Formats: sequence, structure tokens, C-alpha cells
Amino acid sequence: MSSRDKSASEGSAVDTSKPTRREAIGRLAGALGVLGAAAAGARVLWDRGGYDVALSSAVRQVRDYRIAERDGQHAELAVARAAPKEVGDDSPGATATPEQLVRRAVEAMGGMSKFVSRGDVVVVKPNIGWDRMPIHAANTNPDVVAAVIKLAYEAGAKKVVVADGSCNDPNRCFQRSGIWRAAYAVGAEVVLPQEHRFRTMRLKGDVLDEWPIFTTLVDADKVINVPIAKHHNLAKFTAAMKNWYGVLGGRRNRLHQNIDTSIADLATFMRPTLVVMDAWRVLMRNGPQGGNIDDARDMHMVVASVDQVAADSFGCTLIGQKPENLPYLAMGEKRGLGTTRWETLRVRQV
Amino acid sequence: MTQPHGHQHAGVSLARDVRALGPPETHVEVEPIPWKTGRVGMVAALDRPTGGGGPNLVTGASPAAVAPAPAGAAAAAATSAAAASAPSKRGSRLSGSGIPPRQIAVILKWARRVCQVGFLALFLYFLFQTGFRGSFAARADAPVRLPLPVEAFLLADPFVGAMTVLSTHTVYRGLLWSVGLLALTMVFGRVFCGWICPFGTLHHFFGWLLPSKQGRGAARVEANKTHTYQRAKYYLLYAFLVAGVAGSAIGGLFDPICIAVRSIGLGVIPGLQYLSHRALGAAQDVHSRAVQGVADQTQDFLAQTVWQSKQFYFHQTWFIVFLLVAVLFANRFIPRFWCRVLCPLGAFLGVFSRFALFGMTKDHAKCTDCNLCLVHCQGADSPQGGVKWRQDECHMCMNCENACPEDVIKFTFLPNRRSTVLVPDTQRRTALAAMGAGAMFLPTARVADALDVNYHPKVIRPPGAVEERAFLERCIRCAECMKVCPNNALHPAFFEAGVEGLWTPILIARIGYCEYSCVLCGQVCPTGAIQKITEKEKMGQGQAPIKIGTAFYDHGRCLPWSMQTPCIVCEEFCPTSPKAIWVEEVDATVRESTPGPDGAPPAYKTVHLQRPHVDPSLCIGCGACEKVCPVQDQPAVYITSVGETRSKTNVILLENTNYNQRT
Repeated sequence: MSSRDKSASEGSAVDTSKPTRREAIGRLAGALGVLGAAAAGARVLWDRGGYDVALSSAVRQVRDYRIAERDGQHAELAVARAAPKEVGDDSPGATATPEQLVRRAVEAMGGMSKFVSRGDVVVVKPNIGWDRMPIHAANTNPDVVAAVIKLAYEAGAKKVVVADGSCNDPNRCFQRSGIWRAAYAVGAEVVLPQEHRFRTMRLKGDVLDEWPIFTTLVDADKVINVPIAKHHNLAKFTAAMKNWYGVLGGRRNRLHQNIDTSIADLATFMRPTLVVMDAWRVLMRNGPQGGNIDDARDMHMVVASVDQVAADSFGCTLIGQKPENLPYLAMGEKRGLGTTRWETLRVRQV
Repeated sequence: MTQPHGHQHAGVSLARDVRALGPPETHVEVEPIPWKTGRVGMVAALDRPTGGGGPNLVTGASPAAVAPAPAGAAAAAATSAAAASAPSKRGSRLSGSGIPPRQIAVILKWARRVCQVGFLALFLYFLFQTGFRGSFAARADAPVRLPLPVEAFLLADPFVGAMTVLSTHTVYRGLLWSVGLLALTMVFGRVFCGWICPFGTLHHFFGWLLPSKQGRGAARVEANKTHTYQRAKYYLLYAFLVAGVAGSAIGGLFDPICIAVRSIGLGVIPGLQYLSHRALGAAQDVHSRAVQGVADQTQDFLAQTVWQSKQFYFHQTWFIVFLLVAVLFANRFIPRFWCRVLCPLGAFLGVFSRFALFGMTKDHAKCTDCNLCLVHCQGADSPQGGVKWRQDECHMCMNCENACPEDVIKFTFLPNRRSTVLVPDTQRRTALAAMGAGAMFLPTARVADALDVNYHPKVIRPPGAVEERAFLERCIRCAECMKVCPNNALHPAFFEAGVEGLWTPILIARIGYCEYSCVLCGQVCPTGAIQKITEKEKMGQGQAPIKIGTAFYDHGRCLPWSMQTPCIVCEEFCPTSPKAIWVEEVDATVRESTPGPDGAPPAYKTVHLQRPHVDPSLCIGCGACEKVCPVQDQPAVYITSVGETRSKTNVILLENTNYNQRT
């Protein structure tokens, strides 16, 4: 019981007595301790300022999901087409379903078991960018997506995840593209681009330095790129390489100033296991969003490839473009991502 | 220690002093309670507006009294003495005579609690569901609608119904349900306030949670007596209804359901989402798989059930939240301050509760003035003996009957009304003055600026909104449209739309654009300020599309126009077909940034560019271009309200100025 407490209990008005020596030393030690801790803490957290703090390793980031060895028999680029209708056949629809075309194309590549191993977590990355319905051909055809999921499961995948970072409201894009329903029906896990799934990563590309990345798309054993081939007013044509815009969060609008380099950066970052390009219905103009069904044309075609550059080089011919008009293809070729001369690959038409 | 003890501690409360003096003298006979006339249910000359309590015998305070209130101390002392001698059914927990409440009253009290929790939960669930979450089961061509009537509480709100009836002379669609709530009030009085209202339940909860030490006991009894300041809500109601007649639904600012949706939907939920994103995001960085997994799954769950699809921000919403916090904090001083003093919906129901078939009878003769009823009273409606019960203030919470140990209070159907005041205790002159203020509000607000040329070119109303005057007649600022908007495009206006347009929805395209195929704001609008349009009407299939404004380019800031840099993200996002933004292919000269060799002037080169233009006859003003423009701080393309379909005057193109043309 200190003298202070005692005096308080007695209720005396003024107390001039000194504290005991023990109490005085205790108080001094307490003050010095707090001061010392504050000084030590401030020293540890001392920020000397300046702009050179954030510089880190300048290593280009790559997510490589490719299969290391490919045998020489199977195709490197497979084009599956629905057979033309016989003369006088006015029935609506095509002579093959999208699923049949996907199966034929992947079979020509050696079958899905060449790409997906038992127990793999497979990410299927379609284009679900826009609030458009399948007839507008702005998003990947849901039947094509469902067929790829089925093939992956047949090859023994543990889990197939479908995800994309949409441009319009994601809920609306996923539902109205028909992909949510189709993918769910065949047992895939559909992941919407919710905020907490993005992590900032340093890509170290030429224009893409630090960006929020949709982690669901990169946390996988195998990644299958399932783009749709369509017109794009700025890039002129978009399919496999530009489909990786979907892994980016943040304000990706500023990438358009240098759209070709950013596409090449992204395609350098993401090296998929397989590309299955949907050309069932192709948007010929007013891309990438379309909106008028007259802008799209039925082509009833699916292209599979292990080479993103070749897939795009072939795909752009569908809307009447030439690979040499698309600078990002040349950049990709220069960076060793693939070849723009798709004819030089083992091409199989099925 | 020269002074005597008592002087030294003058601040110590009297009660403690009293206790220090030792046990009180036993009171066998209390001061006679004047209304104990023996005539059951009668009040003779005692129609005082507020409960005065018994004679204030401080020295009679007993430590055993449940309510340590000086005001009720005498009675409490007497009743506790009685309780000690008389055998009580439920032991010493009950004070006074210890007569337990009727079983039906206990049941009703618990039913009320269940109702309150249930309706608050339902309200919050509807609020969480006020937003399109998509479905794996829906077909691609299924129209996007909310599966639940998330605006149901507003549709059942007769104050909203009455206000819009007065301003528009119609009952808009689902607002017909508000007649149901009126019918409920005609039978049971203000049960809505005590049993249903989610905002009232919040106040009930905070009134229970918050009182300070000074807000308990005697102070609480005093606070729960009927006060004249409770008239304020009636004056507010009259002012708002007259403002409605004049043509403004400004009363929505004070509607409790509107406040609840607005402040929780625009403030509390986004704020908690921000907090949770930060906290769980930090948890995801912890190097422990278990912590990461739990954090991840929690985020998934919350994202799919509670949160908006992304972090939403609402223009100047701090003020909305500040008012919510202020009015909740007021419970610390006056329990249910909002419900008793300000709520115009409560006042509206209070006016109609005079017709209620259900009500209270009091047996004044039995009242011992213990004030336990007042301790628990929600509405401050004078449940205690000796004064008349105020039916228009009562929330029908049944607490008083449950608290009463003397069998004074009974709620029954068709009670005698001898000790009941049915009508609000308002003063005619003040009421007339309030009505006058309500009538003057609109002209005052309207002459402050010219409505026809718009207060601000950025007052862009949601698609399907009616013409501005009709809009202000209908918009109750409930913020349902802002909550449901998938892109965070709609915001509560601060003073952009004038003082009259406070918290009405405006579109801020820089934060979010109007989603092309979305008609959800009209679906949830309870009053038809935004009409329930279809996708076909909005996008203009087979008819003219609904325009909310027009886009303009600022060539000085546009990359292809002034900086010879390719861009056209605006064109890419333009949703109309054909696109309202078209590009002109040009070869432009641009100077190199670096000087030539040997200090030569920088070389010039030619770049191929696409320069965007707007076709004003195709532009719908959705603002997607403004949203995505990469010129971050002040966009190079922006929308203003000119050309909006709803206005016959706010037009640019001659072809749209034909007044006879159906737009």
C-alpha cells in the first residue's frame, strides 16, 4: 500500500511527503523502458524514403503449363470442321455438334490424355468477357466449353475449374453467355472473378509490370485456353493470345495504348497446355463485343493447337485477316512463343 | 480531516448516503395514493398527460427495490414489504404483489420478440439479395430479374403510399400492399412499430444496449414517460404529406425503411465488406494452411451471400452513415428516440391507431406506482396507473403488461376507452405551421435554381426514370436502385440535384456505367420513379432505345485526338449495335520525343490512328466509355444528361424535339 493510496483513503487535501526510494526507481525504470522500446521500434521501422525502394528482381515471370515432350505423330494444329451440307439439305443446324468437333480436334492432337494426367487440377479459360448471348458470338460457345470439360474429366482430371475476368458485370456475363449453366451441368467448378481472388504479381513484361492477377486461373496443374475467334476493332483479331486479358484485374483499359505489346507480354506470361479455339460462330465485325446477330457468321469449326501464335495466325484468316497485319503475332514469334506460319506445323484437318 | 464527512463528499449520491445511514424505517402505511378510489378502471380528476408518479419520498428507499428509483421508491418499499409477507408464485423475482402476467401476455411478448428478430433477419436477407448474383441454373436467354421481392418492406409502407398518392394521385403497383399494413394497424394499433419495423427493432436493441448509468433506473422511468417532444413526429408527418400534395416526395428522407435501406445498404454493408476484405486478405497471407483455408472459405461464403460483387463506393455516403450513427446513439439518452420523436411512419400509423380494435385497459385502483411498466415501455405511451394511456404512441410491445406485478394493465379486444387517449396530442397552430412549412418547401427549393435546364449536367437519372418533376413526386430516396445496380453506377446525389434532390439516384459513370441489358433498378423501385421497363424497351428492339444522356469527347485529353496514341477502349465498350462510337482512320504526324543525331531537331513520323466520334442519335448515354477511358483523373469522354429520353426539353438533336413524336 503506497503512501498515495493511504492519503487518498484518509482524504487529506495536501500531502507533501516524498515517494519511497523503491517507488522512485520503479517510476524511472518504467519511463526509460517505454522510451527505449519506442526508440527501438522506430529504428526498426525507420523509412529513409526515396524512390529506389520498390525495385526488385527483373526476372520475367512465366506460368508454363505446357507438356514437355510431344511425340512426332500427332498434329500440332488440328482443324475440325462440320462437313458441308449436301445440296438440297435445308434443315437447320450443322452436320456435327460442337462437342463432336472438339472431340475430333483433340483426338487429332493425340487425345486429352496426352495433356491431362490423372489427378490434375485443370483450369479451363474461356472468353466470358461480355454480357452477350451465344448467338452474338462474343463469348466462347458454351457447348465447346462443356466438351473440353468433359474431355478433361474423361482423362482423369481431379477437378476442372472454369473462370474468367469479365469486362461487363461478371454475374451477368457468366449467366447470359450460357457457360455457367453448361459448365455446371458437366461438373466443373465455376469461379467468378471476385475481388479476393486477385493478387498483385510482378509480371516483368515490356509494358505489363505489376498487375493484379486472377489467382484461380494460375493455381492449376494444367491450363486449357478456350478462346473464341472474333474480330477486334483495335487488335483487328482476337482469340488465343488476347484471351489472357482475362487473368488481369485492375484498370486494364490503359493497356490499349500498346495493345500488341501487352498481348505479347500476357502470352509470354501464360503458356497453356492446350488451345481449343472456338470458331463455331465467328464475329466478323464490331468486335470484340458485337451485339448484332448479323455481325456473326456460322463457321462450325473448332481448332486445337499447342501453339498460341499458330492458332491465332490460322484463326485470323477466318475473318479475312493476314497474320502479318497483326503485330502481336510477330512479337510472339520473335519471343519464341510459336510460329505465325502455321502451315509449317503438322496440321491435320478432321 | 478538519471538515465533516458529509461536506467533504458532497458529490456522492443521496442514495448511498441513505444506505449509509442504515436500514430505512419500516413503512407499513404509505402515503395514500390519491386515485385509489376503489372504482376499477376509472380516472377521476387525474387525466394528466404524463405520469407523475407518487409522492416523492426519498427517505423511503429500500435496497431491496427492483427499481432503485427515487420517484417510485415509496411504492416500491411498500410493495416489497408486501411481497415479503404474501406468498409469491414465482419467488422473490417478482416485485410488488408478484401477480404473474397472464399467460397470453407472456406468449405475445415472446411472439413479438420472435417477430422482431425474424423481420429484421428478413429485411437484412432481402437487402443482401438486392443485387443480381447470377445463377448456374439459368438459361442464357432467361431475362435477368431478382427472384425475390426485395423491396417488400417499402411496398408495405403506408407512409410511402400516402405520400405518393398525394403527389401522383395513383397507387403504384405493389404499393397497394401498404393498405394491408393500414388494415393491421386498424386492428392492432402500431404493431408495425413494435413487432415488424426493422429500423424500430434496431432502436429497440440499441435502447436496451446503450443506456448509460444515468439512463437507468429513475432516469429511465423519467425518460419513458410521455413527453411533449413526441409531437414532433406528427408535425413532420403533416409537413411531409403537404409537401407531397405540392409535388415532392421529400418525406422519404425520414421514412424509417428508406433510412434503413439507405444507410445499411449504402454505408454499413460496403464498409463491412471493405473491412472484411482487408482483414481476411491479411489472414490469407498468414503462413498457415489452416488459417488461409478458413479465410478463403469465409471470403467465398460472404461473397456469395452477403457482399456486393465487388467493393462498392457511394458518393458522399459518409453523411448517411453519420446520421444513422447519430440516431442510434440518441438511444443512450432517450430510448427509441427515433421512433418516439421523429418517425413519420410511426406518426402515420399513430393517427390511424385510433381505430384499433385492440387496446389497453387499466385498473388504476390496483396500481401501486411501482413504475415497472415505465422501465420497460417502448413507446413512452403512459402505461402507468393514474394517467390515460396514449394509444397513438403505443408500439404494442406488451412489455408493460408483462412487467406489471399488480394486475393493472390488460390488453384486450374492444377495450373500454375510459382511460385511453386516442388521438395525437398535437397543437393546432403548430400543426398548421408545419403544414405551411411543407407547402412552402417546394417553391423555395424550386426557385433556388431552374429545374428545366437541370441543376447540373451530371444529374443523370437511371434508365426508365420518369420526367424530372414526376420523378421528384415519386422518388423516396430509398436507395434500392443504388443497392441493386450491378456496376455501382447509381449514387445518392448530395446537392447536385438541388436541395430537393438530396439522395435521389444519379449515375456517376466514372465509378460505374449503366449495364446495357440491365433493368434491375426499375424492378426494385417501389414508387415508379424508375418505371419497370423491359430489356427490349431499354435496348430499343423494334423501338427507340431509352437514352439517359449523351457522350462527348474532350479532344484535348483524348489519346488519339491530341497525343497521337492509339486507344479506343471507349469504342470497344460501346454496347449499342451499331456502335454509337465510330472511329475515323487517320494518319497523323507526331514528333519523336528524342532529338535526332548531332543535336538535330527531333524527327517526325507518321502514325496510323483511329479517332473516336460519337453518333448522338445512337448514343444511349450509358457511360461505359466514360468508365473505361484510360485518362484516369478526368476522362476524355464523358456523359451528360442532354438527350435523355424522359425529357422533352433536355434534347440536342432536332429530330428528338418533335413534341408529337412518341419517344
